[in-house]
Amino acid sequence: MKNQTYNSILISKGTSRLRRLVSFFTRSGFFLITSIAIFAVFLIILFVAKDALPFFHLRGIGEFFTSIRWYPASEPPEFGVLPIIFGSILVTFLSTLISVPLALFSAFSLSDILPFSVRQVVKPIIEIIAAIPSVAYGFFALVIFAPFLQRSGGHLLGVGVWMIGVPVFGVIIIILGQTISGKFISSHSKISEFIIYSVLIIPAFFILYKLFKTFSAIKVESGTNAFNVSIILAIMALPTIVSVAEDALFAAGREIREGSYALGATRAETLLRVVVPAVKSGIFAAVILGIMRALGETMVVWMASGNASQIPDPIYNIMEPIRTLTATIAGDMGEADHVTGSARYHVLFAMALFLLIFSFTGNIITEWIMSRSRKKWGN
Amino acid sequence: MKKITILFFILVLTFSTISLGANQKIVIDGSTTVGPIAKAFAEYYMALNKDVNISVSESGSGNGAKSLINNKCDIADMSRFMKKSEFKAAIDNGISPVAHVVALDGLPILVHPSNPVQGLTLEQVRNMYMGIIRNWKEVGGPDKKIILISRDTNSGTYETFSKLIMKRAKIFKKCEYVGSNGAVKGRVQNTNNAIGYAGLGFVDRTVKALKVNGIYPSKKTVTSGKYPIARPLFMFTNGYPKMGSHLYNFIRIYMTKKGQEIVKRIGFVPVTAY
Repeated sequence: MKNQTYNSILISKGTSRLRRLVSFFTRSGFFLITSIAIFAVFLIILFVAKDALPFFHLRGIGEFFTSIRWYPASEPPEFGVLPIIFGSILVTFLSTLISVPLALFSAFSLSDILPFSVRQVVKPIIEIIAAIPSVAYGFFALVIFAPFLQRSGGHLLGVGVWMIGVPVFGVIIIILGQTISGKFISSHSKISEFIIYSVLIIPAFFILYKLFKTFSAIKVESGTNAFNVSIILAIMALPTIVSVAEDALFAAGREIREGSYALGATRAETLLRVVVPAVKSGIFAAVILGIMRALGETMVVWMASGNASQIPDPIYNIMEPIRTLTATIAGDMGEADHVTGSARYHVLFAMALFLLIFSFTGNIITEWIMSRSRKKWGN
Repeated sequence: MKKITILFFILVLTFSTISLGANQKIVIDGSTTVGPIAKAFAEYYMALNKDVNISVSESGSGNGAKSLINNKCDIADMSRFMKKSEFKAAIDNGISPVAHVVALDGLPILVHPSNPVQGLTLEQVRNMYMGIIRNWKEVGGPDKKIILISRDTNSGTYETFSKLIMKRAKIFKKCEYVGSNGAVKGRVQNTNNAIGYAGLGFVDRTVKALKVNGIYPSKKTVTSGKYPIARPLFMFTNGYPKMGSHLYNFIRIYMTKKGQEIVKRIGFVPVTAY
């Protein structure tokens, strides 16, 4: 309705006073609607900060960031949030490590490699995955995936070693083989190449086998741990990243690709050197969305991360239960006493504020990087 | 336009019938542990008395006490007894809290059915949760690390555990926290080396309850007070309710046969002397 009035006003330029008035109000109406969203975010930050600052007033800043002891319900309470911050960052990092390469490769293949008909079928399915509520993922993680990890987590890791190792080592071997044969052997005979590759493949295979053995021997004591949650979060972030990145790649259009082919570029060159740089900001946005999904997810981590407020020992042991900021905020809200304004109540807001600032800084930094790269690329 | 007018009239009518019919209102606030009992009682009582409206909120024992002190509720559900400071605040506000024990609650220590350990002492349980005993072989079990499962620090169940077993000592950092009694049971079911605790209603053949200090947790041992990890569950009112009033009838449900069945169904132990 409003849009129509707006258009009709724009079309008839010889305006009466009334029409100008209507135009003014419609414009301001739209402006107000737009500002509501921004205003809401602003208010959220304001109110979170309002309830967060009393915590630092009560307990100081040092304990929050440096202590590793989180005992909010004890007498006297301790509020060391460091392990919880660590847990959030660990889980986000791991899930990003898993989801981003997978998602970007799927987006590339959907937009530029697989036939169009496949994309038309697969894309909607991926988008449906995004609509699965997180509590369903959490239930799966807790009831199915955690016991599975306890039973055969080592085997899963072993399979994972092969799945990641084979392509990675393959690429390394090809690159190494090419450089070696290019540098030291002037004549590209088939036999010399064969020898070089087999010399490279055999140790690679041994390394992989050793890794496979070590990882297979790992016994997962508790299935609700950082690894479990990271895998589930990665799966949850996948559809978001794939969908947004693929949209960006698709929106680059036929012309840019045809232009590239016309200049004699191969398909790989077109994709990696022409299309991806052109839609870099879109891909960046997709990745950021995925990371934020993992960082902000609450239900899955509350159900399946174990919620033990510890920094794993050793620090890279991802098979240990951890606790995240979001899960702590959700889980501790009920009993935290907001009437008397206890530290236990305000600490949750302090954590929320930290989470907000953390994701905000992340967003701003990526914006900055993107604007810099835009300048460099001139678009 | 017409539709809206009709809708408006319907709304007005419903609200007026509600306000006419429910001339009695009982407000209940407090513990999340006692909450289910209060809710089930409220459902039962409202079905019998259409003119009573009972609202039950679960904001924790502390908040329940606070609402009673400020005269914001008629009944405060509490999974612990009122603190002295709360009593004092109540008297200062002209409220005299009266405790009604509506049910008893026991906390069985749960392990996986395959675990050969049959019983522990309170001290052993405490040492496990403090991280002093880290392996099942130290208490006669297999050579396996102990996986500690606890309720979240938010729950009355945790409060009881931390008071009766931990004696307020701090729980080991590797302990895992889950959000419900059902989740504790689920984790113990699926994890061979886990130990956890939950309400008495959660014990069945998929998890094994341990003897504590030689006493197996059951309705009988909880009622008699032999089982060491047990507690009474309270409802507090302002003075004893006027006899014959709805509040009086409501607070006495736990004494009736039906009330005891409800308590049993939710997984707590009814207060009986037989």
